[in-house]
Amino acid sequence: MTSAPPHREIAVVAFAQTGHRRTSDELSEVEMLMPVLHEVLDRTGLKTADIDFTCSGSSDYLAGRAFSFTLALDGVGAWPPISESHVEMDGAWALYEAWTKLLTGDADTALVYSYGKSSPGPVRDVLTRQLDPYYVAPLWPDSVALAALQAQALIDAGDTDEPALAAVAARNRESAAANPHAQLRGAVPQGDYLVRPLRTGDCPPIGDGAAAVILAAGDRARELCARPAWIRGIDHRTEAHGLGVRDLTDSPSTRLAAERAGAFERPVDTAELHAPFTTQEIVLRKALRLGDDVTVNPSGGALAANPIMAAGLIRVGEAAARIHRGDSDRALAHATSGPCLQQNLVAVLEGEAR
Amino acid sequence: MPEVLKAPLVVEFPFTRSLGPVQSAFLTGLRERVVLGVRTGDGRVLVPPVEYDPVTAEEIRDLVEVAPTGTVTTWAWNPAPRRGQPLTTPFAWALVRLDGADTALLHALDAPGPDAVRTGLRVRVRWAAERTGTITDIACFEPYDGAPGEPAGHTGVFQDPVTGIVAPARLDYTYSPGRAQTAYINALSGRRTVGERCPACRKVYVPPRGACPTCGVATSEQVEVGPRGTVTTFCIVNIKAKNLDIEVPYVYAHIALDGADLALHGRIGGIPYDEVRMGLRVEPVWTEGARYPDHYRPTGEPDADYDTYKELL
Repeated sequence: MTSAPPHREIAVVAFAQTGHRRTSDELSEVEMLMPVLHEVLDRTGLKTADIDFTCSGSSDYLAGRAFSFTLALDGVGAWPPISESHVEMDGAWALYEAWTKLLTGDADTALVYSYGKSSPGPVRDVLTRQLDPYYVAPLWPDSVALAALQAQALIDAGDTDEPALAAVAARNRESAAANPHAQLRGAVPQGDYLVRPLRTGDCPPIGDGAAAVILAAGDRARELCARPAWIRGIDHRTEAHGLGVRDLTDSPSTRLAAERAGAFERPVDTAELHAPFTTQEIVLRKALRLGDDVTVNPSGGALAANPIMAAGLIRVGEAAARIHRGDSDRALAHATSGPCLQQNLVAVLEGEAR
Repeated sequence: MPEVLKAPLVVEFPFTRSLGPVQSAFLTGLRERVVLGVRTGDGRVLVPPVEYDPVTAEEIRDLVEVAPTGTVTTWAWNPAPRRGQPLTTPFAWALVRLDGADTALLHALDAPGPDAVRTGLRVRVRWAAERTGTITDIACFEPYDGAPGEPAGHTGVFQDPVTGIVAPARLDYTYSPGRAQTAYINALSGRRTVGERCPACRKVYVPPRGACPTCGVATSEQVEVGPRGTVTTFCIVNIKAKNLDIEVPYVYAHIALDGADLALHGRIGGIPYDEVRMGLRVEPVWTEGARYPDHYRPTGEPDADYDTYKELL
């Protein structure tokens, strides 16, 4: 089955993100978010009142703060009343919702933002609360432990080894040296085993941060941005929640999402992969059939800054920003959610020929 | 900038969850030292069992006993167990495919060190001494070099099946209210109420949250408001809340402090509940050592004109 092409052309026209940091406890969530909202609006010259649809992604579990997304709305000025929605997911899924809203023709512009303050809580434990509540969550397997199970499966399968993983870590953080927003920049020691076979260097930093993008349709996008990053396709897929049902060395959901997003129709020159653990980049490169000629995570990726709930949206934003700057003509952005790459979203972005 | 406030915040909740027929059989089985899987339409046996085929979404209920012995399919050595995890000494997380099953179960594996664990290792269930029908009835797995266990062919029908679980959760946070609310709370400790003025619309928000919710811009100009204010609207509470030492009925009101453009809420005292009215002028009553006003009482001034507070309802 082939999907019909979208009836409207929709593009990412602006992107902004915070400097991601280990802690930002002097700021409430909305205080952390607001500069990013202002920056992304300033880039287009739009005012809040000009935005047709607003969609956000966040999770109350990170900061232990109930209904925090309603407080974050203070930052967008929700009066007079706005058209708004929220996903309890990474902002990449909020972007998906906004994209579908624009496809319907009900909106020409959308503001998408997401944020996460991981610093107040024990994020490895917090993430256990998203697991199967009957068979898995009562064992409190933390996020690093689950990633380590996937890592050992990859090593056993001969798909990688520890030196290869260290090289993934080093390459991402070297790339991050040029990214002023990244939390870890430049060389980072591989360190000791956190949960073997994963060392601290294989794992993402824990941090706070926010990101926002603006989407616009058709000629509106051309007015707002010199070189819009046109979204040629987006799709997201999930796999069975039972870890023991899945082949952890592969990511069929990523492959299918990429296929449905049109990623395999022509080569991409850039890929921003949401791979918080080094091992996950190995899985994703294979699933997405990325060759060595593709620039992967020039931003440093999630190994350099992983504000949970924003890190996936940042991948879309970073890919779009490269197209805006003319550094890329066709880029793939990937976001993930859940343990061991359970859910995956792929977007394909293109700039018009220059 | 003064340091922001921080305090421990514990979020703790027991989730009570009911079980479907397959989950009920599986967890009851663990209580009775029997491990059950479920057979899919194409003949595969899933352990732990689910009620719907993960491939076809077909409802499945064909329970099959599997052995309490199995093989590690992948593992990870956990040198520093965290709170709530199955063992307090270093252990391996493992996915274990039990003999007779086609899928793997996640649990802990007790082993002396990482060198004693490998993919393909043979293991068996170590049962918890006291079992209640939860996944932790399996205390952990342990290395095992004997013959595969022999399932007795249990049908999955039990006397007194477990129909629900209580899953307690606890997460420990360090909560910080951020810059604006820290300033508000610090001022309250001096029995002053401060709001913040929006640079765009000039409204004063109390308590301040650092942003104007109308304009979507940051607020930072602090403005002292009150202490007196006007009741803009109210309700009479007739049901006593648990752990709340206030006699009912009492009045809960929205109070627009003088100089504020947003009403905050508080209890009205010092006046019979049925004499509280919109426009009543009130002032805060502080008790010794309190960090916020205990309640508000009438000032004795004439009531405020409706026009002076109608925008603040």
